[in-house]
Amino acid sequence: MNIFVCVKRVPDTETRIRVGADGQSIDPDGVKFVVSPYDEFAIEAALRLKEAAGEGEVTALTLGDAQAQDALRSALAMGADRAVLLEGEVTPDGLATARALAAEIEAADAPLVLLGVKAADDDQQQVGPMLAILLGRPCATAVSSFELNGDKVTCRREVEGGTEVVELPLPAVVTITKGEFEPRYASLKGIMAAKRKPLETKPAQTADSRLRVESMELPPERTGGKIVGEGADAVPELVRLLREEANAL
Amino acid sequence: MSNVLAVVEQRDGALRGTAREVVAAAVGLARDSGGEVHALLLGGPGIGASVDGLAEGGAEVVKVVEHEALADYHPDGYPAVVARIAGEGDYSSVLFAASALGKDLAPRVAARMDLPLAGDVTGLTFEGGAVTAIRPVYAGKAFTRVTIDATPALVSIRPNVFQPVDQAGAGRVETVEMTEDPSSWPTRVVSFEATGGDVPDVAEAGVVVSGGRGMKDPENWALLEELRAALGDGAGLGASRAVVDAGWRPHGEQVGQTGKTVAPKLYFAIGISGAIQHLAGMRTAGTIVAVNRDADAPIFKVADYGIVGDLFEVLPRLTEEIRTLREGS
Repeated sequence: MNIFVCVKRVPDTETRIRVGADGQSIDPDGVKFVVSPYDEFAIEAALRLKEAAGEGEVTALTLGDAQAQDALRSALAMGADRAVLLEGEVTPDGLATARALAAEIEAADAPLVLLGVKAADDDQQQVGPMLAILLGRPCATAVSSFELNGDKVTCRREVEGGTEVVELPLPAVVTITKGEFEPRYASLKGIMAAKRKPLETKPAQTADSRLRVESMELPPERTGGKIVGEGADAVPELVRLLREEANAL
Repeated sequence: MSNVLAVVEQRDGALRGTAREVVAAAVGLARDSGGEVHALLLGGPGIGASVDGLAEGGAEVVKVVEHEALADYHPDGYPAVVARIAGEGDYSSVLFAASALGKDLAPRVAARMDLPLAGDVTGLTFEGGAVTAIRPVYAGKAFTRVTIDATPALVSIRPNVFQPVDQAGAGRVETVEMTEDPSSWPTRVVSFEATGGDVPDVAEAGVVVSGGRGMKDPENWALLEELRAALGDGAGLGASRAVVDAGWRPHGEQVGQTGKTVAPKLYFAIGISGAIQHLAGMRTAGTIVAVNRDADAPIFKVADYGIVGDLFEVLPRLTEEIRTLREGS
């Protein structure tokens, strides 16, 4: 079975964010970019499926500029077979992103599309389910593990207060969260092999973004830092402050 | 005049805590954009009797869709019904909660309506005929101001940020017919296994008790659970990435950039040093309390109140004091 995995290049989560000169985006200078951690779970899930089946092809797909190739090379190094870069602008409008991805996936024979539950930059958790609607496929979000049963995929979802099991007919879209799919590290052999794997670049069929970023700011620094005291003896004073000063109890 | 639609959630037939927050956000928008606030509630037969608080929060109209197939959330059914009703009305904006359910529902509704969605916003204004939202990005390390160039403007709001208002609305209940055919919904919900009991999700809890590596052993979470229980029904449990990675706690409790971003009124960071990606996820909490044995831990730089010391001595005392306080009040 052929599987598409959609990935995004984002700043490493340990990055200290600075606002760039345009006042609308981050200053990329000195920032280490990585594959969004949730997308790594999705890559891992796709690779395990392929390995278990002993056949099929895993395609890594992304929307972005030429630098987004890094994310695709990382996916190839983990074990994806081929990659496609849709060259176009990445905006906060997830529907514009989903539309570009859908145009590529529609033309392919891929019963399963996997994505991370959200990207670690915009954090909106929307491209996966939007893509599913555009493709006319069912979708399960925030899936921690799943299995294929013939023409169905059975997914365990992390939901509030418990675990839900849902069953979707293929073709389907599944977004992956932390759970069973701890990502493998790319081996040196994998990294070398990735350089020879096919990476196709084509213009994205994207629509204009209808979410317009006016400005980006850093949050105000918290002016905290009041040490109430040391050890258990400080507890009554803490509780008094929480009740009387912070009005929080 | 265009109205504002607030899509509210129920669980087991009772309105969720976020319901009045979504209505409050809608009331705030309608003050500038004009129009009335309409609430929309989907549920099983009889759900129309569970709309208490929506009128008191400012809803003029409560649209109710009752059907057996809508008793619990369905990932195909709910988006179809909500998109239809949102599309039939003349709405300037449609608001959702950015809850676990809302994060599944809102993007599907947006795609069905061919509209963009501003997700998980912490502020909303109506200026110059358009809705502008404040959106945290990089899990709260930065904020963007985003204008939505589409009508209706679709937005999901972060739980615990928009405070319910007391503004009496008429709350006229209107029943809307269900015209969708549940047999056409491809997804089958097989089972639901409750794990957390009645403990609210960390992203929606009004008070969060989080533990980190300093807890030393997963068995010591009993101490955190006692503090959580002492704080009352609205309190939830959180965890640092380190302890989730170690397998001590489920990922659903993780606070931070690869977990959940939370904004409770009160946040306890117990034995958490304060890695940058954790701080990003909780820095918008109302009041932050930190307990850590290391006086130089970064968590104390964002905490409003800190106690330096052995958490195994501090925690039981804290639980006891809070229990006494709450029982006395």
